[in-house]
Amino acid sequence: MILVGRPEDVPPGDAVRIEAGGGSGLPIAVFNVDGEFLAIDDTCTHQDASLADGWVEGCTVECPLHAACFDLRTGMPSGPPAKTPVRTHEVVVADGLVYVRVAESVEAAA
Amino acid sequence: MRAVAVIGGSLAGLAAARALREHGFDGRVIVVGDEERLPYDRPPLSKEFLAGKIGVEDLALTTDTDADLDLDWHLGVPAAGLDVRGRSVVLASGRRIEVDGVVLATGARARPFPGARLAGVHTLRSLDDAVALRDELLAGGRLVVIGAGFIGAEVASTARDLGVEVTVIEADPLPLGGVLGPELGAACTALHEDNGVRLISGTPVTGLVGTDRVQGVRLAGGRSEPADVVVVGIGALPNIEWLAGSGVDHDHRGVWTDAGGATNIPQVVAAGDCTFSYCPYAGVDLRQEHWTNAIQQPAAAVESLLGLPVAAARPSAPYFWSDQYGARLQFAGHRLPDDAVEIIEGDLGSRRFVAGYRRRGELVAVFAMNQPKLFGKWRRQLVAPALAELS
Repeated sequence: MILVGRPEDVPPGDAVRIEAGGGSGLPIAVFNVDGEFLAIDDTCTHQDASLADGWVEGCTVECPLHAACFDLRTGMPSGPPAKTPVRTHEVVVADGLVYVRVAESVEAAA
Repeated sequence: MRAVAVIGGSLAGLAAARALREHGFDGRVIVVGDEERLPYDRPPLSKEFLAGKIGVEDLALTTDTDADLDLDWHLGVPAAGLDVRGRSVVLASGRRIEVDGVVLATGARARPFPGARLAGVHTLRSLDDAVALRDELLAGGRLVVIGAGFIGAEVASTARDLGVEVTVIEADPLPLGGVLGPELGAACTALHEDNGVRLISGTPVTGLVGTDRVQGVRLAGGRSEPADVVVVGIGALPNIEWLAGSGVDHDHRGVWTDAGGATNIPQVVAAGDCTFSYCPYAGVDLRQEHWTNAIQQPAAAVESLLGLPVAAARPSAPYFWSDQYGARLQFAGHRLPDDAVEIIEGDLGSRRFVAGYRRRGELVAVFAMNQPKLFGKWRRQLVAPALAELS
C-alpha cells in the first residue's frame, strides 16, 4: 500500500496526486468526496491530463483539458471524448492515515 | 433514410458517424476522407508529436469499439461535388455515391503564405505536415514562425525545446489581442521572451527570401530575418470550394448552418471547422475552429438530420486550450472588444491566474493560465448573453 497522508491533507472536494511506483508506475489521484476517499488513475484515458486537476461534482471528476467525465467509484467515463475507464484503487484509512492499495488492472479494480 | 455520407474523415466526421449510430441509425454510413488515414487527433501535432514524444499510433481517434459502428470508409480521395437533386456525392475519382443524407465535416486547411512555394516553408495542419516539419527541426538551425497565434506559439515552444533558435513575427502590434484582449494577450506573448524566443510584433512579413529553399523572411520596412526553416501560422480556410454549385449556402467563411447544424438544404447538415454558425456567446455567426466544437457540434447536426429534438438548444461555451513553454492556457466563452476584464484568481506576474470578462456585469468569458481546476470552476459560471436576453 502507498501512504497518501493524513485525511486533512485532502480537503473535501479536492484531490491529491501520488506517484504509484511499482506496477504500472502511473500516478494516482485520491479524491475526498464529502469525507469519503476515492482513488483512480490520475491520467485521463483520452489524452494526457491530470484528473487531480479536474473539477469534482458529486461523484464525478471532469478532465481539466477536454471535459471528459469519470465516475470516481467505477472509473467509467460518462461520455465522449473518453471511451476507456480509468482504473480504480482501494483506499484504506488506518491509524489516522490514508493509504491506497494499487490495483493491477482495470478488471481487477472493477 | 437508408444511407448517410459523412464528408470528412477527421474528428468532426468521426463524431458524426458515432452520433448516427448512438441515435439508432442502422442504415449505411459512408465516411469520405481526403487523407489515406483513419481519423487522428491534431492538437498533439504541434506539441508532443512534433517534439517526438509520441508517435503516429498515439494519435488514433478510433478505438476498438468503433469497429461495431460498421462504417464504410472511403479514404484517400476527397469529395469533389454534392449533387443535391441527384442525392449523391461525387468524389474526385469520379465515383458517385448515392445517399439520402449528408453530413458536411470537411474541416479547414492552413492558410498558405502567398507567393512561390519554397523548400523549408511549412504549415502545420495534417500529420504529414508535422512529420515534414519535425524532420527539419531535428536538424536544428534557425526557425522563423510567421504568426504569433496559438499554433505559431506552440510550434515556437516545441522547437525551442528541441534546441532550435526561434523568432516569431507577428503583424499585429498586440498579438492575441483580438482573442484575449491586450493585457492577457501580452501576458501570453511574454512567454516567448521568458523562454528565449524572440518576438517581433507589429511587423508584417512582406515576402520570403530564397530561390529554391527559403533563406529568410522579408519584413515591412525592408529588412530581412534569416531562416533555415519557416512555419506559417496565419489561420485557416474552410474546405468549402467543393460545394460550389451545390445549392448549399456557403461563402468564404464556411457552410452556413443554424445552431443545430442544419443547412438550407433538407437532409444536408454540417459540423466542425467548415461551418459558419450562430454563437450565442458571441451574438454573431462565426467559425469555431476548436477541437471541442468539432466533437460537440456533430451530435446536434445528426439530431437535425434524423429529425430528432436538438439537444444543443442550451449550448456550451466555445472552449480551447493551448500548451506552450510548460504553461497551460485555457479560454472559454467569447470576448468582445468592450468587455471588462479582471483577474479573479491569482495574479498576472505569477503566471498562475484566472481572468474573467464581463459584459453588462455578466461573466461571458474566462481565461486561465496554469489554473486548470479553477478554470473548470469559473467556466461553469459563464452565461450566454444572447440566450440571457431571450429569457
